[in-house]
Amino acid sequence: MSNYIESMGQLWGPLMVLGQIGLFTLVLLLSIAFLLLLDRKVWAGVMMRKGPNVVGPFGLLQSFADFGKFLLKEIVIPAGANKFVFLFAPILTCTLAFAAWAAIPVAPGTVSGTSWVISNLNVGVLYLFAISSLGVYGIIMGGWASNSKYPFLGALRSAAQMVSYEVSIGLVIITVILQAGSMNLADIVNSQEGGFWNWHVLSFQNFPLVVVMLPMFVIFFVSALAETNRPPFDLPEAESELVAGYQVEYGSTPYLLFMLGEYLNIVLMCSMMTILFFGGWHGPIALGDDFTRDHPFLTSFSGLFWFMLKTLFFFFLFAMVKAIVPRYRYDQLMRLGWKIFLPTSLVAVVVVAGYVAYMGVQS
Amino acid sequence: MALIAFYLMAAVTLVSALMVIMARNPVHSVLWLILAFFSSAGLFVLIGAEFLAMLLVVVYVGAVAVLFLFVVMMLDVDFVELKDGTLRYWPFAMLVGIVFAAEIFMASVLGVRSRPDAFDAAPGADTNAEAIGQVMYTDYLLLFQLAGIVLLIAMIGAIVLTLRHRVDVKRQNIAKQTSRRRADAYELKDPKPGQGI
Repeated sequence: MSNYIESMGQLWGPLMVLGQIGLFTLVLLLSIAFLLLLDRKVWAGVMMRKGPNVVGPFGLLQSFADFGKFLLKEIVIPAGANKFVFLFAPILTCTLAFAAWAAIPVAPGTVSGTSWVISNLNVGVLYLFAISSLGVYGIIMGGWASNSKYPFLGALRSAAQMVSYEVSIGLVIITVILQAGSMNLADIVNSQEGGFWNWHVLSFQNFPLVVVMLPMFVIFFVSALAETNRPPFDLPEAESELVAGYQVEYGSTPYLLFMLGEYLNIVLMCSMMTILFFGGWHGPIALGDDFTRDHPFLTSFSGLFWFMLKTLFFFFLFAMVKAIVPRYRYDQLMRLGWKIFLPTSLVAVVVVAGYVAYMGVQS
Repeated sequence: MALIAFYLMAAVTLVSALMVIMARNPVHSVLWLILAFFSSAGLFVLIGAEFLAMLLVVVYVGAVAVLFLFVVMMLDVDFVELKDGTLRYWPFAMLVGIVFAAEIFMASVLGVRSRPDAFDAAPGADTNAEAIGQVMYTDYLLLFQLAGIVLLIAMIGAIVLTLRHRVDVKRQNIAKQTSRRRADAYELKDPKPGQGI
């Protein structure tokens, strides 16, 4: 950002940044509206229902109708609730979910070596990890402030669950960082250029590592499901045991903020999978240096297209998992996190670090 | 610009640190503590130590404070009783306060060796992370490993303290559950009408 201000002047630099943030937020919110519809449509399709199909053609405007409904409803604050914390929790969830997107690079820039990102952080991966680890506070504060049994139980469950799965997510991220040799997200994406066989999920350039990286991706995917409280790990809001967990006492706009934050986090996890394992904005076949030099804008937009397509694919997987996998028991959840994922990813970190130290990385 | 940000974050850090001990509700105390951690991470970013800042957020805010909150929420603390006992400890509190004040005085007035604006967050490397890695894994490798051993011992100690072999608990045998087949679970009967099985 400081480079921006230097190159654009005192006034235009901050205004440009504000404009970028506004545009990004707008695109993100619109995408979330349609992704929500996609989620419900996929879920309905698996159950042989039609899903939302009344508002607009094919139900395309359903999310906007829901949005209006949530905004116009009355906010009910339960008696004995801690008012400030009760209202602050959904705001925190939503703010953090938006803040994380500041570091996501979505497409290559028109000047080589740059990328479309609001803030090109040197510690981008750690920033994402830190912000997503803060997500637990919204839930735990909401559950506690409701002053009610089910929300509190849901909040305690979710705190234990998210702390457990964060550990293996962190270790999986380390294997990717070791191969890319950088914590900058744009650098991680660029270390995977040149075709789908260079993506970290396969990493054929460091051939034997495919044995490690493929399971690592599976662990990351499952941990992402647990981290975002999605089925089959939606124990914090398990409707058959806890009614709706930490969300029981919430309605209208606060509920909307919780739901928005939840979906933003899901799409964030999908984009993290895209960036860390599936080459980010790089297509499956490299465009070639001549093409990228002659058509910078076309390269940028094809990068954006690939990034969105991959993210959409992972979102589709999330929706399918929600539709077809039954909910885990709590002890199974803890067993999977601590006894299976943690040792496996720990061994993987040792193997990848050893490979990088003794064989070097070709990227 | 950076100066405004510094004073803003420093003020937030101090006020929230004060609120940690002033707040009547222990849950509010922990929430203020989290704000204090967060704004000190912001201060780290301002001096260019972005890696340290992120680690502070990941470790302290993301894990340690969650456990604090977890414990404090479960406790049923009687505040009046708690307040009564605090006055007895004032000599000890005074001592700790004096020691801390003296340390801060020595560090800020007597021991200033370099000006803060000449601070180098990444001596001898490109980024903060690389500088810390080089120092930690080359110069202070032995101390780093020793710290690891201390943590390992603490971990084993915690397990030993809390591990109780209880016989009256129902346990889940996952291998048994997953190896259960359809034939073991149920059988189909074809009862004749009016007879039953």
